[in-house]
Amino acid sequence: MNRDVVVEVTEVMNLKSGEDVVRLRQKVRERAVATGFTLVEQTKVVTAASELGRNTIQYGGGGQARISVVANGTRRGLSLEFADQGPGIADIALALTDGYTSGGGLGLGLSGAKRLSDEFEIESQPGQGTRVTIVRWKPF
Amino acid sequence: MERIPILRMGRYLLVTIQVDMHDQLAMNLQDDLTQRIVSDKARGVLIDISSLDMVDSFIGRMISNIAGMSSVLDAQTVVVGMQPAVAITLVELGLDLKGVRTALNVEKGMALLQAVS
Repeated sequence: MNRDVVVEVTEVMNLKSGEDVVRLRQKVRERAVATGFTLVEQTKVVTAASELGRNTIQYGGGGQARISVVANGTRRGLSLEFADQGPGIADIALALTDGYTSGGGLGLGLSGAKRLSDEFEIESQPGQGTRVTIVRWKPF
Repeated sequence: MERIPILRMGRYLLVTIQVDMHDQLAMNLQDDLTQRIVSDKARGVLIDISSLDMVDSFIGRMISNIAGMSSVLDAQTVVVGMQPAVAITLVELGLDLKGVRTALNVEKGMALLQAVS
């Protein structure tokens, strides 16, 4: 995200349990509706959030989600950041491959969230935790 | 521990998912359905997801698993009522739900089940 992006409002959520993922979906849905996303756009961002939220809990040992309404001159959007202090990802490129899973899942969470978003950023180092940020924009 | 109710209609089991499921609830449903297929000698399972406004890869996998386990137990599975926004998102997510039959609604789903089971 570049420097011209303005954060209008941010909400922070703790992610620890399965129920937190349910709450996360609800909050993201509310924000997506408020930001004026169409039903399909809402569903994509909520689904991406669900994938990343689950990753934070299942692989990251729990963490935080930051839900922000952002603006960039001509457009508004939703920016979601997922951060944990877990083991980190050794090979990010591998983790982003469809079907790759270290936990018996389908291996679509990270790559799927990327496909469902307009912007996708990931920072992770073994032993240093993981931070994933996705942004979905809505034209004015 | 909350569980999603499973109804029986003759030789078929009907599940309507109306809550936003956390992972444990989904796993319970998978287990419960498998047990009921055996105990009720069910020939088919109909899963109504018309209330779900989101299906992610975990729930998608649950659906695939249910279809797979039913098949092993000689029962067929039909998923009905997928919302269009969910279908579009699933495709973009890359989830193909291979081997899972779908139908538009419960009525058509039951007709399909009766035809294939």
